Amino acid sequence: MSYPTNVKIVKLPCSGRVDILHLMKAMEEGADGVFVAGCLEGDCHYQAGNLRAKKRVAYVKEILDKIGVGGERVAMYNLSAGQGPRFAEIAREMTEKIRELGPSPIRIAKRQAGERPTTEEAA
Amino acid sequence: MSIENGNSPSKLKKIFEAGHFAVTSECGPPRSSDGHEVEEKAHLIGDYVDAINVTDNQTAVVRLCSLASCIRIKQMGYEPILQMVTRDRNRIGMQADILGAASFGIDTMLCLTGDHQSFGDHPTAANVFDLDSTQLIATVKQMRDEKKLLSGFEMKVGPQMFIGAAANPFADPFEIRVSRLAKKVAAGAQFIQTQCIYNMEKFKLWMKLIVDRGLHEKVYIMAGLTPMKSLGMAKYMKNRVPGMDVPDSVINRLAGVPKEKQAEEGIKMCIEQIQELKEVEGVRGFHIMAIEWEQKVPEIVKGGGLYPRPKVD
Amino acid sequence: MIIAKPKPIDEIINEVKDLDKILVAGCDGCVTVCEAGGMKEAQILGSALRMYFRQAGKDTKVDEISLTRQCDRPYLEQAADKVKEYDAVVSLACGAGVQFLAETFNGKPIFPGVNTCFIGVTEQKGEWTERCQACGDCILASTGGICPIARCSKRMSNGPCGGSSNGNCEISKDTACGWHLIYERLKELGQLDRFERPNEPKNWSTSRDGGPRKVIKEVSHQ
Repeated sequence: MSYPTNVKIVKLPCSGRVDILHLMKAMEEGADGVFVAGCLEGDCHYQAGNLRAKKRVAYVKEILDKIGVGGERVAMYNLSAGQGPRFAEIAREMTEKIRELGPSPIRIAKRQAGERPTTEEAA
Repeated sequence: MSIENGNSPSKLKKIFEAGHFAVTSECGPPRSSDGHEVEEKAHLIGDYVDAINVTDNQTAVVRLCSLASCIRIKQMGYEPILQMVTRDRNRIGMQADILGAASFGIDTMLCLTGDHQSFGDHPTAANVFDLDSTQLIATVKQMRDEKKLLSGFEMKVGPQMFIGAAANPFADPFEIRVSRLAKKVAAGAQFIQTQCIYNMEKFKLWMKLIVDRGLHEKVYIMAGLTPMKSLGMAKYMKNRVPGMDVPDSVINRLAGVPKEKQAEEGIKMCIEQIQELKEVEGVRGFHIMAIEWEQKVPEIVKGGGLYPRPKVD
Repeated sequence: MIIAKPKPIDEIINEVKDLDKILVAGCDGCVTVCEAGGMKEAQILGSALRMYFRQAGKDTKVDEISLTRQCDRPYLEQAADKVKEYDAVVSLACGAGVQFLAETFNGKPIFPGVNTCFIGVTEQKGEWTERCQACGDCILASTGGICPIARCSKRMSNGPCGGSSNGNCEISKDTACGWHLIYERLKELGQLDRFERPNEPKNWSTSRDGGPRKVIKEVSHQ
């Protein structure tokens, strides 16, 4: 299964472990986008972790819209651990979306300020 | 009949004391400074009722105030009932308005808490609720019987109000509605106007509880009635008005009649209610609330066998 | 505890957008418990502000701290050196804390980052409801432990009103009728006689109506 190399994966025991601050920090460091991949609704091993993640993603979207970064850059996806091809599909979909949006204004600003972004840019 | 006898020249009081069924109706003042609208409404109903209620910023919507409207009605030769809510004025303002009303010979009032301001056109307003309706009743009683303001100040001339209150037999919890009424009576309420009745069974049950407690001998109860103008109105009242109990039988009866006949049917139903309620122990009168339909009051009063109104001195 | 709610971020941005150095000051007290202004919320706000300024092409410095409490001077004094370094502070404490900060660092603009709402309790995670209006003359003994001033929309002393329906207040199906609750509780406690007793007009002078209030405990007073 192959997915675009620009996608960096952070593994967690449950999507419910994702904190609002993790998403904020990722964007602040210059990520062009962040997506949270959680289990299918109703299938959470820890019962409601993926529902909490969904709410946190929505919360961050709202903030990003209000501060001029754009909520479309973060997204929540649901799939099962066995759905390898679906994961690749999501990664491609997200990458496409982000490519259309262009680099995040934070990344642009950091570049202009001469700072090195901590996440690699796709070629 | 030993109703608490605070001194008042109120015509409504005399009607009750003479043993007649009392009839009142209401006048909703205009949303403008045009006092003539008040006059027109009063003329429409004045000869068919013993007294005319004037609502006080009903549903928290700003209207020409009850006090000014009552003064006008009094000067026209009719008997106004000053409705006063505790939502918009504190005890200072209310006592002052009561003195103002009394200075023009207004001698009957209805003490209410008032709909929350979120219902009206100024939902961002602060509300007052310094007192509630029960406390307002007690205040008026003290002003009348002891000539004292709430502060204890003794007045040379005090208001001689015949004191009324509202009751909603259809609100919750049902089991406390009677003890709430008892509280208002203990505070000084002498007559009650109920919320408009559609569920006759529930109302009769409430009346029975009141009679069982002997309250009907301490306070004059007037059954509230509002004729349905249409099936649409009946559905609205059933579904969108808090505390309103409209049985399906009412809806069905109106639905069974073509649209152009619904108003007529509504009047008919109202008149039938009067006839039925006349037989219910403890009912001493009728408060007809034909909002924006005041022209139908004469027909209802006549149909109910309540016209002409008796004369009392 | 005091319950507050974060201010909309655009409102905060509007106040600070032209500044160069901003300190976000959280509070470890009530606002931490109601998830409005603790260190966590301060960090989120800090991150959001930094991103805002970045995309606006500005180089604004935004940092966060959290104080043990903002309503006691010793804790504010601990932050004195830090506060000096910034143009302004966005305080996430309740209104009392914001004001105390402003009094203590009176040359520094202090902006509120939350809306202080009421005195209340945690119903469940993420939900807080009002319980107390700080009227200064507590009557909970006579109402079965349920306050009609805070929980009746009309703060009636002899409720409920005629708008009570299905246990709900006339203003909303989501608002319980305070007097319905009181009645049920007094019934449970076998104290319905309290319900029948008429309540005298309240003395509001101990409440906000009497003017800004003060409490002095003589034995502790300096």
